[in-house]
Amino acid sequence: MSAITRDEVAHLARLSRLALSDEELDHFAAQLDVIIGAVARVAEVAADDIPPSSHALPLTNVYRPDEVRPGLTPEAALSGAPAVEENRFRVPRILGEEA
Amino acid sequence: MSLIHKTAAELGALIASGETSAVEVAQAHLDRIAAVEPQVNAFLHVDAETTLAQARRVDERRAAGEELGPLAGVPIAHKDVFTTTDMPTTAGSKILEGWRPPYDATVTRRLREAGLVILGKTNLDEFAMGSSTENSAYGVTRNPWDLSRIPGGSSGGSSAAVAAYEAPLSTGTDTGGSIRQPAAVTGIVGMKPTYGGSSRYGLIAFASSLDTPGPFARTVLDAALLHEAFSGHDALDSTSIDAAVPRVAEAAREGDVAGLRIGVVKEFGGDGYQPGVLARFRETVELLESLGAKVVEVSCPSFTTALPAYYLIAPSECSSNLARFDAMRYGLRVGDDGTRSAEEVMALTRAQGFGPEVKRRIILGTYALSSGYYDAYYGQAQKVRTLIARDFEAAFHQVDVLISPTTPTTAFPIGERADDPMAMYLADLCTIPTNLAGNAAISVPCGLADEDGLPVGLQIMAPVLGDDRCYRVGAAVERALTDRWGGGLLAKAPAL
Repeated sequence: MSAITRDEVAHLARLSRLALSDEELDHFAAQLDVIIGAVARVAEVAADDIPPSSHALPLTNVYRPDEVRPGLTPEAALSGAPAVEENRFRVPRILGEEA
Repeated sequence: MSLIHKTAAELGALIASGETSAVEVAQAHLDRIAAVEPQVNAFLHVDAETTLAQARRVDERRAAGEELGPLAGVPIAHKDVFTTTDMPTTAGSKILEGWRPPYDATVTRRLREAGLVILGKTNLDEFAMGSSTENSAYGVTRNPWDLSRIPGGSSGGSSAAVAAYEAPLSTGTDTGGSIRQPAAVTGIVGMKPTYGGSSRYGLIAFASSLDTPGPFARTVLDAALLHEAFSGHDALDSTSIDAAVPRVAEAAREGDVAGLRIGVVKEFGGDGYQPGVLARFRETVELLESLGAKVVEVSCPSFTTALPAYYLIAPSECSSNLARFDAMRYGLRVGDDGTRSAEEVMALTRAQGFGPEVKRRIILGTYALSSGYYDAYYGQAQKVRTLIARDFEAAFHQVDVLISPTTPTTAFPIGERADDPMAMYLADLCTIPTNLAGNAAISVPCGLADEDGLPVGLQIMAPVLGDDRCYRVGAAVERALTDRWGGGLLAKAPAL
């Protein structure tokens, strides 16, 4: 049995905002099947009562004083934008429109 | 000896004493880059004018009587995953082609403050994902030892630049071995500091709980000097450790291992390891014993599941981090013709802007974090991560450092593993546990494999904030082997 199907990969690609071609889907589905089969080995480790680690350091909630500091100017913040209009990021239509 | 063959420490001293200038040193390296880049392709961006302007500024600061650090005027190659305001920053990806960041990374800023002269930006696997630099959108970098082989990855441009004498120093980042593995396969020194010891501010994120900036150099002392130049607490990185930087340069100068307890990791060796790698490793163990270290075998059973745990944790973090490449605020935008929605533009841009390995990891991470799979994959991998940290903790009760080969094999041929992700992932087998536990580890050259005459690396792992121990043991090995060989390992490399 395969660990992941082509349909599942297509679904994950949609969730990940990746417009993959049919060839890519075929190729990745086969490769991801092998990879997932290999990483599934973590399940063999008896770890029921082991606490998970999301991080290597025991740091929590590092705060700085709540002071106003200079940030990027609008010009600097917009300097890499693909499209700018009236000193703002111009983006494609976000909400669906009735035809 | 020509300027390009000198160590960073030597160049710093020559510039400080006025025997040469930062401009002269920068020019020598720019000339070398012009001569060998057609073969090596270590750099994505070189700009002689910007470089020489930085060098002139250092010479002016010196002439004005300013106190400068030991690396002032020394050139450096900078991995193209750190933001730089005066040079493009691409992370090896088409999605950031031509991007000029509006701010400098903390590592970049500290290099500038220390007077280091940035020669350019080096090639890497796209978003630092890979072990060969073949995943760069801008072509492969070649190993100076054998131009048909990979220079390691993801920091392969940085390792190749130093091994090819294009720069005495370079920066890298290590998420699963991306400094140590390239250092090992190009015969140079590469250090992954303790996580949180060097700032991630302005480092384009791959897996935030693992990413660690670190130095490359041709000698252990040079790596330590660079380590000290850019490390230390940074309020702009909330995972930065607020503690003194371990005294790594001092440890590198001492290089004394008498009485030190060294553990050989039992799990790293045997099947899948190249005989020449294991032979050099065994000799180095004997060498350390002859230098007065007490060597014992130590078992770290959970290290055998580090690789699968890593390939769940790192892609999970990557799938989340790379969501920022949405075609809206910076970088590439594809298909915005007035008919497509933002979501469609996003999906088209990401499909065209990302390469295959990045796409695979985003999909894998999205899968591991999906409801229904989260506990079995990401959650379970986090538990394995705890077990790995506990194995290190137990080991460091018995010994001061752990050692292993850095990589199971020497540099493999370009193309050999390019479309076989699992084979590629095995290159990081020995380096990954350290990333998961957050402690320090270095790779230093320990000889050439008999089969192929290519460099072998020794990995030295130390506890969290025990970075100085890596340099102490690395320097001892380097000194003894340099005496034995009558020079550094790179002296044996074929001329380019």
